[in-house]
Amino acid sequence: MTPPPLLEVEDLRVEYLTATGRVRVVDDVSFTVRRGEIVGLAGESGSGKTTIALAILRLLKAPAAITGGRVLFEGRDLLGLGEAELRRVRGRKISLVTQSAMSALNPVITIGEQLVDAIEEHEGVSRRRGLERARRLLELVGLDGARVASYPHELSGGMRQRVVIAMALALEPPLIVMDEPTTALDVVVQRELLGEIARLRDQRGFSILFITHDLSLMLELCTRIGVLYAGRLAEAAPARQLAAAPRHPYTRGLLGCFPELHGAATRLVGIGGTPPDPRHPPPGCRFHPRCGHSLPACHVSAPPRTVVGPDHEVACHLLP
Amino acid sequence: MSPAPLIEVRGLGKTFAVRDGLRTRALHALTDVTFEVHRGEAVALVGESGSGKSTAARVIARLLPASSGELRFDGADVLARRRVPLSFRARVQLIFQDPFASLNPVHTIGYHLERPLLRHGKARGRAAVAARVHELLDSVGLAPAAELARKHPHQLSGGQRQRVAIARALAVAPDVILADEPTSMLDASIRVGVLNLLRDLKEQRGIALLLITHDLASARYLADRTVVMYAGHVVEVGPSALVMAAPLHPYTRLLISAVPDARGSFATPLAARGGAPRLIDPPPGCPFAARCPEVHDRCRRELPALRPVSVSRLARCHLHQPAALSAAS
Ligand SMILES: Nc1ncnc2c1ncn2[C@@H]1O[C@H](COP(=O)(O)OP(=O)(O)OP(=O)(O)O)[C@@H](O)[C@H]1O
Ligand SMILES: Nc1ncnc2c1ncn2[C@@H]1O[C@H](COP(=O)(O)OP(=O)(O)O)[C@@H](O)[C@H]1O
Ligand code: SF4
Ligand code: SF4
Ligand SMILES: [Mg+2]
Ligand SMILES: [Mg+2]
Repeated sequence: MTPPPLLEVEDLRVEYLTATGRVRVVDDVSFTVRRGEIVGLAGESGSGKTTIALAILRLLKAPAAITGGRVLFEGRDLLGLGEAELRRVRGRKISLVTQSAMSALNPVITIGEQLVDAIEEHEGVSRRRGLERARRLLELVGLDGARVASYPHELSGGMRQRVVIAMALALEPPLIVMDEPTTALDVVVQRELLGEIARLRDQRGFSILFITHDLSLMLELCTRIGVLYAGRLAEAAPARQLAAAPRHPYTRGLLGCFPELHGAATRLVGIGGTPPDPRHPPPGCRFHPRCGHSLPACHVSAPPRTVVGPDHEVACHLLP
Repeated sequence: MSPAPLIEVRGLGKTFAVRDGLRTRALHALTDVTFEVHRGEAVALVGESGSGKSTAARVIARLLPASSGELRFDGADVLARRRVPLSFRARVQLIFQDPFASLNPVHTIGYHLERPLLRHGKARGRAAVAARVHELLDSVGLAPAAELARKHPHQLSGGQRQRVAIARALAVAPDVILADEPTSMLDASIRVGVLNLLRDLKEQRGIALLLITHDLASARYLADRTVVMYAGHVVEVGPSALVMAAPLHPYTRLLISAVPDARGSFATPLAARGGAPRLIDPPPGCPFAARCPEVHDRCRRELPALRPVSVSRLARCHLHQPAALSAAS
């Protein structure tokens, strides 16, 4: 029998409660992360990626509210936990790396001490033992262990982001949620860091939920990918399958948006129009105003999820 | 003889004074930047963060004074003149990365386009100006023009705002547009539209383009030639397709090896290590020596010159220069 997935997000719904009403920015999103997997969530800005990451860790603040669904972690629904239990889950079971985390490092405290603080908060270790752990964590992410004595401003952006990843690894959680972890970095640094993340994953066997707007990056790193559009999952598939045989018109369009480095420099078509305003989403399929294949049904009813292959689901009326 | 290039940059240097404790030191943002942009040509300037791309663009647009070197526009020495003539400002237009920061939130889109038209005398009289504004909005694919002209920047998406920035540049009928990362803040599905718009301006109106980007694939998509910069030096120049397919300089090879590819799982290893170059007190020799997998003794002593390697290509690397030739120079 196969073990249950590490993380199971089921029909997650998040709404922002604004003066003019409820805005549903995550609409019945379901996906799983198994042990040792890197699962990607791709989507354009505003599609709900960060909201999902924060919802999983229960870090959403008002006016945002989770209004439906379940987030099962090791079989337990995180949405039912109290604040004390949640604190035990965060960091130790699930940690979060965000795009802005590297600027959130405390400028007046050495990175070694910041790492020790992160460890101490959960485990009563001595300062000396803690610092030794900090040193090893830095080496793990490809930094010189002696850098424990450095202050954040003495490190480059790429090095700071490595420190943030070291912090996320500190308590060896089985799941790390990474929201645009390399977006602020240069291509070469980004590539080095992603190589490091992939290597660590191979070594330690933790799972990653990897969130980015950059589909081409995701195709390289992830085992499976979910494509979000306006708060809904348009398609989910194994990475190779998604690249080779995308089925949803939006996924197909998106894959056609990246110029190639080699081969013929043919004109790209892109996707016309712009993503909808979440306050006034179009009825039916939210992609229909930009879709070249829409049917009458697309204007009135949201397409159901259809399983089209192993681990491959598509939400589109074109599919039987 | 071929006509003079539209923009000709020779040995451009730019240092900034930065404070280091009590002392003031020179940061060498540009040391030796040499390239040209011909009429109607699209050239991409690529390189990692801090390599000097934006500084080069700002010096070329005369928003920053150069510290050394030459800048010719249409054959004329522009650095010789202290004051920047209005006609130069009109012929060289800049577009920035953040389309929100470059538009004033209190003014309508129409106002943003009227101003340059009036300032540069490109249209006169209410009706003529309005007609020209609508034409400009149409030409960058913003419709319906009349409605858009009445909107304010915050009512537009990032892609639409970038189109407004392009329309504003077009208002003064420039010879060249310097675009500094014009699409890096845009979503993939929107980015293509803006890239295609720039491509059309070049092909249909013959406007030259200097595109600054860190995305090599966009560089190749748009630019006839690509100029690679590292630590304030131009290290390679060539037709974009050739540079991407068969890079000459070890740094270009590194950049190309870092581009994600869908074959997955990091199949190709990186061609060199990371690490930022020193711009304050730079070491002698080749600026890439500290990271270069092919570094040899000579690289640490002697800065290689930017030299022709074939008819259309230049490289700044000792691997591509016969020893006898450079010893004589
Ligand atoms: N006004 C300034 N004062 C001091 N240093 C500066 C100034 N402007 C730029 N620099 C420095 O000059 C170098 C080149 O900067 P520049 O902005 O041209 O890089 P870039 O290639 O455009 O990088 P990016 O890809 O990050 O935009 C950097 O080291 C930068 O810190
Ligand atoms: N505090 C807030 N109040 C109202 N709407 C919000 C708030 N924060 C985010 N949103 C909206 O939620 C949607 C999803 O945002 P987000 O999860 O940040 O997207 P992504 O990370 O994919 O860019 C967007 O439409 C955004 O405007
Ligand atoms: S459901 Fe209809 S509108 Fe939506 S993607 Fe499929 S065909 Fe297009
Ligand atoms: S000159 Fe030497 S160090 Fe510089 S790029 Fe060439 S081989 Fe490498
Ligand atoms: Mg986000
Ligand atoms: Mg720049």
